[in-house]
Parts: sequence; C-alpha cells; structure tokens
Amino acid sequence: MHVVVVGKLVPDLVEDLEVDASGRGLDRQFLKLVLNEFDEHALEEAVLLKEAHGARVTVLAPEAEGVDDALYTALAKGADRAMKLVGLGEAPSSRQIAAALASALPSLGFDLVLTGVQAADDLDGQVGMLLAGYLGLPHVGVVTGVELDPDGSRARVRKEYPGGWLAELEVQLPAVLGIQAAKQPPRYVPVSRVRQAMKEHTLEELSAEPVPVPRLSVRRLSKPEAAGRAEFLDGSPQEVAAQLVSILVERGLVR
Amino acid sequence: MAAQEVEVAVSGDVLVVAERFGGEWTEVTFELLAAGREVAQGLGGTLSVAALGRGTTDQVKALGAADVVLYADAPELEAFVPEVHLRVLEAVVRSRQPRAVLVANTSTGMDLAAPLAARLGVPCVAYCRRVWVEDGTVVAHSQVYGGKLVAEVALEGPGVLALVAGSYPAEAGRGTGSPAVERIPLPALEGLHSRFLRLIEPEAADVDITREEILVAVGRGIGDRENLGLAEELAEALGGAVCASRPLVDNGWLPKNRQVGKSGLTVKPKLYLAAGISGAPEHLEGMRSAELIVAINTDPKAPIFDVAHYGVVGDVLEILPALTEEVRRRKGEG
Repeated sequence: MHVVVVGKLVPDLVEDLEVDASGRGLDRQFLKLVLNEFDEHALEEAVLLKEAHGARVTVLAPEAEGVDDALYTALAKGADRAMKLVGLGEAPSSRQIAAALASALPSLGFDLVLTGVQAADDLDGQVGMLLAGYLGLPHVGVVTGVELDPDGSRARVRKEYPGGWLAELEVQLPAVLGIQAAKQPPRYVPVSRVRQAMKEHTLEELSAEPVPVPRLSVRRLSKPEAAGRAEFLDGSPQEVAAQLVSILVERGLVR
Repeated sequence: MAAQEVEVAVSGDVLVVAERFGGEWTEVTFELLAAGREVAQGLGGTLSVAALGRGTTDQVKALGAADVVLYADAPELEAFVPEVHLRVLEAVVRSRQPRAVLVANTSTGMDLAAPLAARLGVPCVAYCRRVWVEDGTVVAHSQVYGGKLVAEVALEGPGVLALVAGSYPAEAGRGTGSPAVERIPLPALEGLHSRFLRLIEPEAADVDITREEILVAVGRGIGDRENLGLAEELAEALGGAVCASRPLVDNGWLPKNRQVGKSGLTVKPKLYLAAGISGAPEHLEGMRSAELIVAINTDPKAPIFDVAHYGVVGDVLEILPALTEEVRRRKGEG
C-alpha cells in the first residue's frame, strides 16, 4: 500500500498580504510560506494509515521557499519518503501542479493520493480534484476519515454532505481523496526530531514537465471592498464592555 | 479513462448544476440560478439547469427560473457519489456545450467543479463571489487567501465557475416560469469504482445552535482550550450558547454540531458575538445573515470586521470576562 500525500506551501494568512506593482499578483518579496493547513491533515491521515495498516507514505510538494523544512517535518512525523516537485517555476497554479503530477505520478506508482481538500491560493481549482479529473480516477473530496480494507483494494471514506451530515462511501483503489480533517488533529513533532530526520533522510526530486494548461487571465488582485464595515468601539476592556452591553440592552438582547 | 480535451463550441448558454440533499433542492441551487440568469442575459444565451437525483421528476417545477431543466431521475443518483455525478454531468456538458457551467462551491459541488474542468480541458474558477459579463467575456470575482484578497479573472472561452454559497439572493432564483423540461439519457454507469454506503446522522446535539437567539462564537484567537470557559460564562450570562469556527472543532475542542460555516451549520441568531475569529470565507458563509454581529479580534484588518456591525480590536481573553461581568451587573440592576 503506497500512499502519496501531495502538499503545497501557501502564504501564511496570519501575515499581511500585499499586491505587487503589476496589480495582478502577490508581492512575494517578504512572503512567509507554510504548508497548507489541510495538507497537514492529509499528511496526518496518511501517517495514521501507515500506523494502522503499514502503508508506505511518500510526501510530495512543489519547490518553494521553506519546502525543505516542511518536508523534513513530514518525515519526522512518519512519512517514509519526501520529494520536491521541481521544474514548475515560482508559485505554480493548482492546475499546473495537477497537470504535472498527472504525468509524473504514474511512474511513481501509488494506491492512494491524499491532498488537502483546498488551499487558500486555489484560484483555478483544487489540486487533488483536478488531478483526479486528469487521471480519470475515482475521487472524494471533503473527507474526514479514511479506513482501508485489510486486502488494500478499497477504502471507506467519510465525506461531508450539506447541513452537517456525513456519508460513508466506498472507493476502489487507486483513488484520490481531498482531506478536510484527519481522524485526529495533526501531530506535533519537536524540532529535535526534525533535525534527526534531516540527518537520516535525503530529499528527493521529482522532475515535472511543464504541461500546457488552460490559464486564467487575472485582471486585478485587490483587497475586498467591504460591503459594510464595523463601527469600532474603543477604550479599556471595561469601557468597551459597558458600551457594548448598552447596545445589547437597547436592542433588548440583555434584559 | 484519461481526460480528453474537446473543442467546445462557444455558445452563450449557461448551465447551472443543481444541488440536492434529502430529496430537496438546496438553497444554493436557487442562488446559482439567480447568478446564472444574470450571466445568461449578459451572454444573450439560455439558462439551463442540470438536475440530477432520484425523485426529481416531480420537482422540476421548483427550478422554473431556468429556461431549460435537464433532469435525470434514477436510483443510482439518489445519494451524491462524486464519480457517478461527475460522469453524468460530464456527458451533459459535452452534449450541450455551454459557455459557462456554474457549480456550488460546497461539500458536494467541490467534488464536481475542478474534475469537470480538468476533464473538459477548460479553466476552473474557484471561490467565486460574483460572476458577470463584460463585452461578451465572463468575468468573476474569486475570493482567495482566506478572503484577504479578491482576484478579478476573465474567461475568454468556456469554463467552470464554483460559486460560494450565500453570494446571490436565493429569492431571485425561485422562479415560477414554465421551462422546457428534458430528461437526460443516462450514460453507461457500469464499471464504477465507488459507491454510497450510508448516511451518518449528525450527532444528537445537546444544543441546536441553529435555533439559539444568542451565540458566542469562538475561534483560534481564544488560544488555549482552557480559555473556552470564558466564552461559556459569557454565553450563560447572555442566555445563549457557544459555537465555534472550524479549527477548534478540528482540534476536537468542541463537537461538530457546534461548528458554524461551510462544513458546519448556517446560523441566523439575533446576536452573533465572534471572539477571536478572523472571518475566513468559509466561516462568514455560515453566519453573515445574523441580525447583529459583534466581533472581537486583535487584528484590525481581519475580514470579520467587514461583516460585523460592531467591532472591538483587542484581546478576547480580556474583553470576554469584562463583558460577562458587565452583563451580570446590568441584569442584577434590572
């Protein structure tokens, strides 16, 4: 059983994001990149499958500033192999990543591809779902748990449906899954374990042939125009609380 | 079966993909129809809706805002199975060749939009909040980077657009016209690799947050699990309940039935007090219609302040106890 986790680094949304001089792209000069939070869940689910079924886990991410750290951390968490997808240039779109993987992954061989359900920069679609479309493989997105059959031919997955419902689906492998949440929160590994992984492992490279893909023409990237804007209350916590509760009293929400 | 690109003739037609759950069209279906109508008008084409499911035959009338209802009514389509619905939808799109396909950016729609685009060799635009037509070009606003930025993208040719729920008024898509109704011939459904096993009911909730009038919502800004007590105390003082954004539920701090947003529940309380929630689009989707929204966050640029009526820039760990004390004091006076 070979599980491939496809991740990507995205801008840390805790930081301020600025638009570049062209007005159509992100100013990447001081950008801090982190592994997409849903990819962290995909990795966790893969490591859980390894622990339960002895699956081999390969984690793969396009090259980017900070990708080495992210991959060594994945190895420290339990991945067996880590690979950088090279040859796509800076900040490839989801579509470019998916198209490149569609041609590169089959040679790697896999039973299951796990990706984060979505990423903050997925302007042109989600990597996992695009990849499934390209490969013509069965797919399920918005997954919150994966169980494997003992013989490794099928997976049972929990998928979110509308209105807080979940469904259980059965998928024959190979398949592509978009993970919303792992069965348990992504584990934490201390820096010492990551350092150890750096000594024990070497990152591999997977060369991607840039494949022509439909491109979106971005006319403008900008901060959203707020439809409304909060009226801000200032002062000490006590002063703010007094103002706010007065508003609630006025509206009959505190009686 | 690998993806095969086709030359798609450029019509001005728009195809909306209806979403269905529990034997009903969901709210977002009508929002898609409202958006689809505007785009079809701009392109001078017709508005069709693909209505896949079981028991749909008697429910095509509800989709009267469209010019054409293309429906399939089959037991295989009763539950949403991505592979099955994609196969049927792909056949519809290949035969009709619409200029724009509008899909909901929901837990089910996300399993259709991107794979469909990849299979057809056309672009996909995710997280759309607005779609319109300028001089024959379809233009969309997509909210990226957790809603911090908006990308304006133009589609010269055909494409698939995934529309965020709550972006268009559902009322505008509840038409009572008399559309042409056509039954779609089902493509071969043998050789499937996935199947539906069962529906898992949401856990019985001690509290139904969709019925509460007052909600104190907590997000990452609460810091540690131990601090949840501060929100619970305020909720108790106000006579409301505590709910949360996705990260806290994913961490297992609160049960799933307390989650507000795209993969949780949609709430419309009289008061929604968001504490330490930055306001990712997926969260806003579930609470933006609350009557009164108050937000507390350390980051004055947090998107939550764009939907809040009142905002406080500060630390929830200081503001929450102050609020609880003040509410108790006023109630004591009353």
